[in-house]
Amino acid sequence: MSKRKTKQTHVPVGECVAQLQKMLRERLCREELPETPEGVAAQHKHLLELLRRTALHGESNSVLIVGPRGGGKTMLFKSVLKELLEDKDVDKTLMQVHLNGLLQTDDKIALKEITRQLHLENVVGDKVFGSFAENLAFLLEALKKGDRSSSRPVLFLLDEFDLFVHHKNQTLLYNLFDVSQSAQAPIAVVGLTCRLDVLELLEKRVKSRFSHRQIHLLSGATFPDYVQRVQRQLWLPATFPDQRFAEEWNNSVKALCEDKSVEDILRRHFNSSKDFRSLHALLMFSLSRVSVSKPCIKPADILETSRMYFADAKANMLHGLSILELCLIIAMKHLNDLYDGEPFNLQMVHNEFKKFLQRKSSSMYNFEQPVVMKAFEHLQQLELIRPLDSSGARTQREFQLVKLLLDNTQIMEALQRYPQCPTDIKQWALSAFG
Amino acid sequence: MTGLLQHPGYDEEKLQRIAELLPCREVQAGLLLSLMGQPEHHCYPSIFIYGHQASGKSHVLNIVMKQLELPHAMVSCVECFSVTLLFEQVLQSFFGADASSLLPRGPSLSDFVRIYRQLSSESPTKQTRYIIMEKAEMLRDADANLLPALLRLQELVEDNVTVILLSEIVWDKFRPNTGCFEPLLLHFPDYSKGELQQILSKDKHPLYSAEFYSSYINILLGVFYSVCRDLRELRHLAALNFSKFCEPLEEGKVKESDTHKLWRNIEPHLKKAMQTVYLREVSSLQWEQMQELEEREVGAVRGLSAHTHVELPYYSKFLLIAAYLASYNPARTDKRFFLKHHGKIRKANFLKKNEKTSNHLLGPKPFPLDRMLAIFYSVVDSRVAPTASIFSQISSLVTLQLLNQVSHDDQLDAPKYKCAVSMDFICAIARTVNFDIVKYLYDFL
Repeated sequence: MSKRKTKQTHVPVGECVAQLQKMLRERLCREELPETPEGVAAQHKHLLELLRRTALHGESNSVLIVGPRGGGKTMLFKSVLKELLEDKDVDKTLMQVHLNGLLQTDDKIALKEITRQLHLENVVGDKVFGSFAENLAFLLEALKKGDRSSSRPVLFLLDEFDLFVHHKNQTLLYNLFDVSQSAQAPIAVVGLTCRLDVLELLEKRVKSRFSHRQIHLLSGATFPDYVQRVQRQLWLPATFPDQRFAEEWNNSVKALCEDKSVEDILRRHFNSSKDFRSLHALLMFSLSRVSVSKPCIKPADILETSRMYFADAKANMLHGLSILELCLIIAMKHLNDLYDGEPFNLQMVHNEFKKFLQRKSSSMYNFEQPVVMKAFEHLQQLELIRPLDSSGARTQREFQLVKLLLDNTQIMEALQRYPQCPTDIKQWALSAFG
Repeated sequence: MTGLLQHPGYDEEKLQRIAELLPCREVQAGLLLSLMGQPEHHCYPSIFIYGHQASGKSHVLNIVMKQLELPHAMVSCVECFSVTLLFEQVLQSFFGADASSLLPRGPSLSDFVRIYRQLSSESPTKQTRYIIMEKAEMLRDADANLLPALLRLQELVEDNVTVILLSEIVWDKFRPNTGCFEPLLLHFPDYSKGELQQILSKDKHPLYSAEFYSSYINILLGVFYSVCRDLRELRHLAALNFSKFCEPLEEGKVKESDTHKLWRNIEPHLKKAMQTVYLREVSSLQWEQMQELEEREVGAVRGLSAHTHVELPYYSKFLLIAAYLASYNPARTDKRFFLKHHGKIRKANFLKKNEKTSNHLLGPKPFPLDRMLAIFYSVVDSRVAPTASIFSQISSLVTLQLLNQVSHDDQLDAPKYKCAVSMDFICAIARTVNFDIVKYLYDFL
């Protein structure tokens, strides 16, 4: 996109919307770093100070950042790192190793990754290290040779730290913490985790070498903060090519945040979860509804997307079942009521269904047993019912005990929404005991 | 109709074609496209789409990706039973055929991410890449790290990539213990009756008019809709039975407009189809042959379940009958049934039963070998020596899976069995040896 020099340019609306989408999508999806982290100033300062001491003074440190999912752990770390690297000296000397518990599933892979990220693979390549132990010994040797004053500091980031705990003997963690404890090459070990009890998972020897420095990121956001966040996420910066469009957009966002119905919806979201990532999903849905013909977000959009967001998935699935399958579910509900949640099998369900058919004069739903079984198996495939024991092959299919994984209210609600539900079936569902 | 599918950044004509190719799915396709945004825009890291079987999940994505020529990898999780296959397929469809040769043997997720990064930095595209995983419920059985890693793949590989998961099962059953990056949830609702009618009426026969075919579909849905809403299944049934529907027309008996007569002709035929072809008792080929032959009554060909009848030796039959009686009768009634001079058992006490304890509802109960042999000797008229052959017949009944051995702790001393045959089966067997089994069953007293 060409940059226009003049201030008062008027870009066509289509292009404006495209720009807007591009900008906001990057913000929402890629979790772009904000200018200043919000609400975590103290933690930010703490971590920055810690890492700076490692980078500049050669002090070895270890720290754990603990917080819920979507609580901004990575964001905090990245913004600290960015600020740290602004310093020219640090940028030149600091070496980084990023590990992720999801990817480096055992110590061997992790070790390979460390060698690679420290650009040691050509050094290792000559010596042809076969075994894990040799490789580790070499790495440790390299780290040990260094001392506080001369060697370059290394920053280890362990994302999903709790997964590293499950490695055999916790060798990697032990060695990293050990290096950070003894006077060897200066390293900083930063772990990111969402488990509060992560220290309980460490072995004793590993735990004793860890500095027990923890940074907690527990969201203390209040509702006004939350609304502020919505506004800030949708706000267009002054660098937007078309000033007039940006101004209109910003005004519409402001009006949106002050709207009463939107506030109710946001309050509901806030009450269900404070984390910002679910908010981003909501905004993403709303943003996708912005088009050339409608270049702003209306309260109705938020209402609609929130309805979609809070929709009960199981109720959605129940809506698509056939009448026969619905009848089976109602029969299961009655069995559940009658026998107090005891597990049941297909024979009992079918029997219950037959009892209903007998009371009714018309035989419209008089299906053969195999047809009923096919419907029953479909329910099992959808995981609306769960077999009690997995020894499926050993018992006959019609006698296998299952449990219903639906709530009574869910069933009744689905029944209300079911298209063209026969009245007698509705009545049967409402009657207390079959 | 076209209003829903107007998205900047995509070719107008192609969108038009998509709208034509996706009947009754414009809303979903439009929603999906608007979530995807323009090709060079960033997309949300993961999208989870759920809906019933044959509600057009894969179809919509296939058409959209193919028609708009977006870079995508279509992966079926059933095919990719190991992660190696999955990685290979993704790399091949993004970076060309020889990309997967970079993967080492037995690659880990770490290798995959490293190679993906390397390749994507060599050949960057402006467009969003899409990885579409069909039957995503299989991912839950794979390595525990795979699903969380895929959900945040965008962050891990630092490329504009979106993972789209398709499944029949709701998202709540996917969530791992320690949580993960939550995808956007999208629901594909089921087709309503009108929509099914509309879609099925599209593949009409060239020889007949559209209204004629449409009325046929109407009758078909009238019979099958209460049982089956699967578009694929219905389409299959429609194709199979259409020739039968046209028969009176070809013979000149009725006119096209005579709907009632056509309905009278086809309805019993369709009802038979529900018990045979729908359950795959009779294969589609057999069904077609039956329609051609016509002299044989429909359903006269024995289906699969009719073949369950097996030829057994004389004593094996009695052993099986004894096993069935032991499984489905309470032990306290044995005296009354099988002993000649059993003293007095109070009738009220004997017939004390309620619904819940009926064994034909609860399934077979395990019984010890001794009890079964006792019943066996009581029901067989002649004197049978307990030879090795009798005992080997018992164990061969277990291998045939007509009996199940329950507890594996004691093979020789006191083995326990369960009878695993149905009521119809045992009645058929009893008939061949002239034994009235219903008289001996407690549930039918």
